[in-house]
Amino acid sequence: MSVAVKRIKSVLFYSGAVALCAPPLFVFAWMIMTGLKTGSQNIAYPPEFFFTPTLENFRAVFQQHDFFHFLMNSVIIATLATGLSLVLGLPAAYSIAKYKQGRIGLIILLARMTPFVSYLLPWYIIFRSMGLIDTYTALTVTHLIITLPMVTWLMISFFESVPAELEDAAMIDGCTRLRTFLTIVLPLVRNGIATSAIMAFIFSWNQFLFSLILSGPRTKTVPVAVYNFISYGKIDWAGIGAAATLIVLPVSVFAFFVRKSIVQGLTMGAMKD
Amino acid sequence: MRRIAQALSDFIDRRQSWVFPAPAVIVLLLIVVFPIAFNLYLAFTKWTIGLGQPRFIGLDNFVDLLTDERVLNGTVVMIAFSGLSLALEMGLGLMIALYFNREFKGSEAVQAIYIFPFAATPVAVALIWRIMLNPEVGVLNYLLRLVGLPGSLWVSSEHTVILSLVMVDVWKWTPMITLIVLAGLKSLPHDPYEAARIDGANALQIFWHITLPMIRPVLIAALMLRSLDNLKEFDMIYTITQGGPGIASETLYLYSYTVGFQFFKAGYGSALMVVVFLIVLVFNVVMNRLRLAK
Repeated sequence: MSVAVKRIKSVLFYSGAVALCAPPLFVFAWMIMTGLKTGSQNIAYPPEFFFTPTLENFRAVFQQHDFFHFLMNSVIIATLATGLSLVLGLPAAYSIAKYKQGRIGLIILLARMTPFVSYLLPWYIIFRSMGLIDTYTALTVTHLIITLPMVTWLMISFFESVPAELEDAAMIDGCTRLRTFLTIVLPLVRNGIATSAIMAFIFSWNQFLFSLILSGPRTKTVPVAVYNFISYGKIDWAGIGAAATLIVLPVSVFAFFVRKSIVQGLTMGAMKD
Repeated sequence: MRRIAQALSDFIDRRQSWVFPAPAVIVLLLIVVFPIAFNLYLAFTKWTIGLGQPRFIGLDNFVDLLTDERVLNGTVVMIAFSGLSLALEMGLGLMIALYFNREFKGSEAVQAIYIFPFAATPVAVALIWRIMLNPEVGVLNYLLRLVGLPGSLWVSSEHTVILSLVMVDVWKWTPMITLIVLAGLKSLPHDPYEAARIDGANALQIFWHITLPMIRPVLIAALMLRSLDNLKEFDMIYTITQGGPGIASETLYLYSYTVGFQFFKAGYGSALMVVVFLIVLVFNVVMNRLRLAK
């Protein structure tokens, strides 16, 4: 290949890279800029690309809207849902991997197939009669619908990669099955545990619909909180920009660390066979 | 003695395969199967939440569905939105996966930036799109006019609202398709490619006759997974348009939410949700057949 053709090819290749990065970067940048502008700057036309940034919106989000409370709600619910999913999902995934229990895997997949709205109405009615609307219990339990299948399916492939000889050796040494699982197998899949924990946290954090219906002033999570910036007739763009930045940044950082395993978490075993 | 120990160990073996998955299965049965059964029962009743008790009315809700204009509208909107966005996400996702399948300097960094929309909180980024799509002061119309094109009404017009929502959906979810297809491409065997190259096949022939047939099951799996969420897209449409203007972007799924949680008609809403569930189920069964067919 001549030098010229090679050069044209590499130019095309890198313009492709620019084309792929531009849309996400632009939206991300616009989100942060919206949060750093004043209210009137945000509805100015032509839009201002250069301006003196202000942190006033971020201050207002915390002081006027009690955003810290909502952030804590999201952290608490996502942590509880993630923790419970690990406690329930790790042994299940181990068993499915070890004993090839594909049927059980299917039950877990069913949870993902059903439209969330069809859970929501029964849940709303049941929780209302039990007085559980606007409690961490109700939100954590419903978030399990998303996080538990995700953790289980992600972990199956990690458990499959643990050599059976190691477990056998442990059991010959007199370990019970439970001890073998806790002290031999789990430490070997700690990368998988970290990955599925992060994925579960991200998806619980991002959940909007369940919180919209089942939360209230006490347990409102951040997606509902930012949505409420538009529900009083006038839209507080600057506040939305600041709040959106605060919500999106942590999950983006998390996603960066698990990007290599995202596929396993999403495909839930569908890539196999 | 040995045989007793063996039998005991076998027994524990069998028990472990029940004991370990049992808690997860029980919890899922409680939070998934039970509500679905309840939902199915409500679909045959007439009941407004907070007013009296559910009254059994047989198939009346389903008969009412057939003459409900918003059901027809919701079905059409759902087909238009899902058809367009799924087709675009699959096409673009495959192309971009082929692009990333070649190692190049900085490909890690490009990929990390490219997949950013995937993890971003849907409601938060949808609100930012809503700002950018504003016909009067939005930055998108500003950029269009900058290069001499006329601005668009985007989500404010019933003619462009679905296309605009498709654009946001493609922005957010194409990276997911890319990641899945890329994983599939990376696991393909090398031998067929070498044979084809020796036979003098060009890049397009190789793609059409080797890559595409081998990657087909992965493509269908990706489509199935994406359709699960796409057919019941809620956050983004609800945040940007709430189904408007009028009911121009109200999918069947969004309408079932409105009936259930804004009109509080639990019976009729449940019937709608059953229909949505059946659509998702049928689509996935058909796709699964296609995936497994030779």
